[in-house]
Amino acid sequence: MSPQIRRRHFLSMVGIGALGTTALAACSGGDDGDEPAAGPVDLRMTVWTASEDHLGLFQEIADAYVADHPDEVSSVTFETIPFESYTTSLTTQLAGGNPPDLAWIFESNAPEFVSSGALVDVRETLSGTDGYDFEDVGESALELWEDGDALYAYPFSNSPFVMFVNTDRLAAASQPNPADLIASGGWTYDAARDISAASVAALGGAGLVVRDFDYMNWTNLATVWGGWDAQPWSADGSTCEFDSPEMVAALEWYQDAVFAKNAIPGPGTSADFFAGDTTMTITQISRASSLDGSFNWDIVPLPAGPTQQENIVGQAGVGVLAAGQNPQAAANFLAFFTNPENSASLSLYFPPPRESLLNPETLAAGNPLFSEAQLDIVVDSISGATTKPSHANFAQVDTTARGALDAMWSADADVAAVAADVCEAIQPLLEG
Amino acid sequence: MTSITSTGQAGRPQRRSAWRRRDAATGYAFVAPAVIGALAFVIVPLGAVIWYSLHEWNVLANTFTFVGPQNYQDMLSDGALHDSLIASLWFSLGVVVLNITLSLFLAVLLNQHLPGTTLFRVLFFTPVVVSLVAWTIVWGFLLQADNGINGFLAEFGITGPNWLRNNVTAMISVIVVQVFKNVGLNMVLFLSALQSVPEEIQEAARLDGAGAWRRFFSITLPMISPTMLLVAILTVVGSLETFALIDVLTDGGPGTSTTVLVFYLYRQAFEFNQFGYASAISVLLFVIVLALTLLQWQTRKRWVFHES
Repeated sequence: MSPQIRRRHFLSMVGIGALGTTALAACSGGDDGDEPAAGPVDLRMTVWTASEDHLGLFQEIADAYVADHPDEVSSVTFETIPFESYTTSLTTQLAGGNPPDLAWIFESNAPEFVSSGALVDVRETLSGTDGYDFEDVGESALELWEDGDALYAYPFSNSPFVMFVNTDRLAAASQPNPADLIASGGWTYDAARDISAASVAALGGAGLVVRDFDYMNWTNLATVWGGWDAQPWSADGSTCEFDSPEMVAALEWYQDAVFAKNAIPGPGTSADFFAGDTTMTITQISRASSLDGSFNWDIVPLPAGPTQQENIVGQAGVGVLAAGQNPQAAANFLAFFTNPENSASLSLYFPPPRESLLNPETLAAGNPLFSEAQLDIVVDSISGATTKPSHANFAQVDTTARGALDAMWSADADVAAVAADVCEAIQPLLEG
Repeated sequence: MTSITSTGQAGRPQRRSAWRRRDAATGYAFVAPAVIGALAFVIVPLGAVIWYSLHEWNVLANTFTFVGPQNYQDMLSDGALHDSLIASLWFSLGVVVLNITLSLFLAVLLNQHLPGTTLFRVLFFTPVVVSLVAWTIVWGFLLQADNGINGFLAEFGITGPNWLRNNVTAMISVIVVQVFKNVGLNMVLFLSALQSVPEEIQEAARLDGAGAWRRFFSITLPMISPTMLLVAILTVVGSLETFALIDVLTDGGPGTSTTVLVFYLYRQAFEFNQFGYASAISVLLFVIVLALTLLQWQTRKRWVFHES
């Protein structure tokens, strides 16, 4: 092959490569999203629920908005992303230049999203919307989503953690009902452990399960260590507190309950409260939909630890993505989606942050399985509750802490030493 | 006469040139789909990844800043990356040795003219066509602390280990699950190679008094060495690409004991949103795969029949 022909071949290959690159760039890039569309726009909200009831309600609200604002919005689509991979999928959409206009966000990722500039400040839009009654939204519910005067998401769901109890197993194992222990001040983690261990000894199955922990999602243990007044890091997020005496005591209690008392199933063991072979489980009230009536049950508040009784809520916020095509139209829709009337509808499934709706009567409509007394427990569990741990660098802290905590889940583990190792591993990440 | 001759001499190259152009065009048309595919899905993404690896890309903040070789410098001091390289080394070593040994052993066994060999060939090949995630989920149940394999062992009074919660057994578990998933494919490749070994050579060796082991090591193994090279390259590359199995079965744990390089890369990109750093790790992975493949290719002359 002559040099000329070789050069021509090379140039043609470069040409094809350039064409390919251009085509890919055209496919993946899109415009920068700074220019709002002239006509009515299509909005897209990512959610992690796949419930037809939930999605049906969302669509009903969205259809009403589109009918009222045909010049602003032509459609609203709710896109379900599986719960397990939700944040990963959302950030992949952002990386791929295909951001949604609105997105649900876990409380654990809230500081990361708030501080990064990924979300739009919606305070002015929400508070400035006629009839929104912004003051009705609980201040404590908003804290996680605020940065100075800016508000970056609306905490539409504040689902408390409570203890579900299988009263059939308690009766069969001749154990006291936790509801009876509350009045006497005897509803403690030690009591929960002892009742669970006794029921396992008598009936087999599992005792106490912190649902969804599975020795991986360690932030769910906040429902336990709250009783010891422990927290994984300081309030400003800069200092690890896994090695604090309170946290070590709480983790030692848990480790002892697993490996010495056999009150809590060990790692790698499957146990499902809703299948009926588990005595009690700490989980959110939304899980009640898994109850099929095959056994009798009750709910009670989280037990008290040696220091205090602390209520924990899992929050979910909905925010407007700054990288979206139509942030103002999305913010306007958010104001409609969460106005007092629609919040009342949403509270059928999601405990609301609005104080006027936080009562047993409102919650009863969406939770027919609960008695009025049980709903009182739910309401009490939301008021003044602490939100699950979150951090501006949560993804890395979460994964690193999980890996370091693995050494704790064996019978002969030195809890204090592992806790110190956890701090050594995550401290640089907390400092950012 | 002269003019006729010259016309004839001038016409032939022209016709040949036109024929060559048509021939070249046809050739380009045939290779175009493959070339375009390779450009779109290999060359361009590879170039893009190298470009991304020179940037700090914060997806949430929507920033893309050129940092030069910073991501590569960070890799030098990243202890977790070093742990993942060691995990990858153990995983790949385990998978390659066990897979090649087992698949060759099975191929030799199933190459015998014995009743039921077809059934066993199907049995060992079936996992290859089973969905990887379904396969892994089933193994997840089998490797639980109180069920599956341990439940079976308990029937005989044996307490099995908590397979996926111990650093060593977790690594052994993921290696075994990976090997059982793909051993059938390598077995078929070896079986095909074994069946192409000329019977007359074996017969001649047998007449010369060579025993079964001698015939295997001196005739069979050299004759199937080209397939061995192919299987070795495929298995090494495949072991370095393993992701779904780790994600579903161990999530990289316990600790970071099964966080192999690809899983660490995924975690950096899609969990930590460090797309620039993850791109640098993927360049490292590319270099490792390329180096190992070239190494095998370069050393083939020493051990692959027909290559010396």
